[in-house]
Amino acid sequence: MATPVESPPHTQRGVPPKEPDAYRVSFERLEKTRKEPAWVMSARRAALARFDELGFPTLQDEDWRFTNVAPITKLPFRPAFELATDGATPESLDRFPFAGLNDRRLVFVNGHFAADLSAVPSPAEGVRFSSLRQALAADPAGVEPHLFRCAGKEANAFAALNTAFFQDGAFIFVPAGRIVVDPVHLLFVNTGRDDGATAHLRNLIVAEPGSQVTVLESYVSLGDAAALTNTLTELRVDDHAQVEHLRFQDEDRHSFHIAHLAARFGRASKVISHSFALGARLSRAGIRAHLAGPDLECVLNGLYLIRGEQLADHHMVVEHAQPQCASHEYFNGILDDRSKGVFHGRILVQPAAQKTNAKQTNKNLLLSDDATVDSKPQLEIYADDVKCTHGATVGQMDEDSIFYLRTRGIAVETARRMLMHAFAGEIIDRVRCAAVRDELDRRIWARLEQQPHLAAGAK
Amino acid sequence: MSEPILEIRNLHAGVENKQILKGIHLAIRPGEVHAVMGPNGSGKSTLAGVLAGRAGYEITAGEVIYCGKDLLALAPEERAREGVFLAFQYPVEIPGVNSTYFLKAAYNEMRKHKGLPELDAMEFLALVKERMTLLHLPDDLLKRPVNEGFSGGEKKRNEIFQMAVLEPTLAILDETDSGLDIDALKDVAAGVNKLKRADSAQLVITHYQRLLNYIVPDFVHVLCDGHIAKSGGKELAHELEEKGYDWIIGCPTCPGAEECPLEQHPPRG
Repeated sequence: MATPVESPPHTQRGVPPKEPDAYRVSFERLEKTRKEPAWVMSARRAALARFDELGFPTLQDEDWRFTNVAPITKLPFRPAFELATDGATPESLDRFPFAGLNDRRLVFVNGHFAADLSAVPSPAEGVRFSSLRQALAADPAGVEPHLFRCAGKEANAFAALNTAFFQDGAFIFVPAGRIVVDPVHLLFVNTGRDDGATAHLRNLIVAEPGSQVTVLESYVSLGDAAALTNTLTELRVDDHAQVEHLRFQDEDRHSFHIAHLAARFGRASKVISHSFALGARLSRAGIRAHLAGPDLECVLNGLYLIRGEQLADHHMVVEHAQPQCASHEYFNGILDDRSKGVFHGRILVQPAAQKTNAKQTNKNLLLSDDATVDSKPQLEIYADDVKCTHGATVGQMDEDSIFYLRTRGIAVETARRMLMHAFAGEIIDRVRCAAVRDELDRRIWARLEQQPHLAAGAK
Repeated sequence: MSEPILEIRNLHAGVENKQILKGIHLAIRPGEVHAVMGPNGSGKSTLAGVLAGRAGYEITAGEVIYCGKDLLALAPEERAREGVFLAFQYPVEIPGVNSTYFLKAAYNEMRKHKGLPELDAMEFLALVKERMTLLHLPDDLLKRPVNEGFSGGEKKRNEIFQMAVLEPTLAILDETDSGLDIDALKDVAAGVNKLKRADSAQLVITHYQRLLNYIVPDFVHVLCDGHIAKSGGKELAHELEEKGYDWIIGCPTCPGAEECPLEQHPPRG
């Protein structure tokens, strides 16, 4: 069996944090106050050592070449140690996405589970929806075989910090053969009161053989401080299981958002994972998909829609380790003002992964002359009977399409709007859960209408 | 004789200093079907593009009067709202734009322009269902994005379907027969024929005579190096089918054999 790939050899030592002591002090406090199984604490200690060893990534690090995290490293380190709902009331959450799933949601405020704001669905036998912290307290033996397994050794400082400092997150476990029909919503609220206020979230989703589940993660803010959300989701999808996973990130445009999805898929599984990045001053969605069984299908689907000074980075590695797997990545970006998009898509095909069918597209529309995109496909193929394609485009709207619409009586501004919505719609349409898709469609439509240069376009 | 729907007078047009249309004269009256035939490079698609308002063409002389208006002064969408319709040689795929949504928007633009109230979704759907049967289109077409993943035949049928919904005064069919098998060709032609009205006109642009077996023109014009080299009745199309285009060379409007691109077209058997 192929082992997970280590980070590339050219990765250099990064920069240490501005206040190294703050991390040590925080960790000592955490060690004293958290009552956790010894194996969790030892993983935390190892991760802190890993963080010291790695340092924060710099632009010299190939995996962070286009995303400068210096503003994050300069923030004070202020992890929230306990739950303070801090103004988060049920009403204040109404404006956030998927309110229709109010009766099936776990709410986390600044990294902590907020039971009062949550409505944990009463699961069928064997299914578990809970906070990870509660699960670790109540049934550590039920968590131990899964936690930290997909993520492996932390590849960067943020993942290491996450393991060292995670406060809480969701634990979703669907036993073999169980089908959970309705989606479960995980709502992560950053109250955003203080610069550097940090939520470290760790989610664990396990879909055992033949099971099915849909999980939505949304990340939102109440305040407008330069807060940091550092979240890591481990997703294990076993043989023949089917999972739809969606991340919707719409945090305040002063905040920083670092996310990682560490996923492992088994034989003949079907997985679709979506990433919508609308908010944050700087956001990074790392995705590492390990296609560990044959005959599986995996779709990674994403949209970034940004303006002002925002930066949205999607960085993924899809590793084909077994034969006859299909992986498709579709990422569209719409960028206005001086915003910047980054897309890095690495497809790695191991020698055993014959008959791989891997496809990657990254399309970008620039609404302003000052918006930029760095798109970097990377194919690494060690098997000889494979089909791998990639394509990236950066540009303005297709003039032929605009002309076609105009010859049907549609005004040029309307034509541009239609095409813009369609460009986002291509991605939204892949969301399978109809209620979720409709809501995203409405929200993203409204957001597009706020783009300053929607109808004008870049020259 | 009634006033022409379209009158092209001495139209000269080209791209980047290259003259393509070199003095076209053409008048189309209500109820008439005109065919413009000609080999590749004769200016057929340029003519269609100029009439529909495609960007990139420079009009150097002449004028086009459409229903008493200066057509060339109008934006493409204004021409469409006034009743000009271009069926594209290569219909554009527009991923993500739902066909019904698109067509309803287009239809309501026409309604607004005429000062009529817009149709709501239900009313529009009823209209569309009726028109769809005309073209033998699959029912799911309206749920799909515009032209996306359509076969060549479906795309051309879809053009005529749009024409059926929008009911233009002047329909320009640019090489609608290209890429069609005989069944699709018959369907498309039957659709076009059913849409013929006493107060509208059709301009059929084609390389081959084949389409004109099914859409029978009242007049046939042969385009040669940017001029109309010969005009006649429907029998002219048959003559062209038999003899090819070469025999037209030497007609008084053609500038001479050295410059005429038709020389490269040997008569077809």
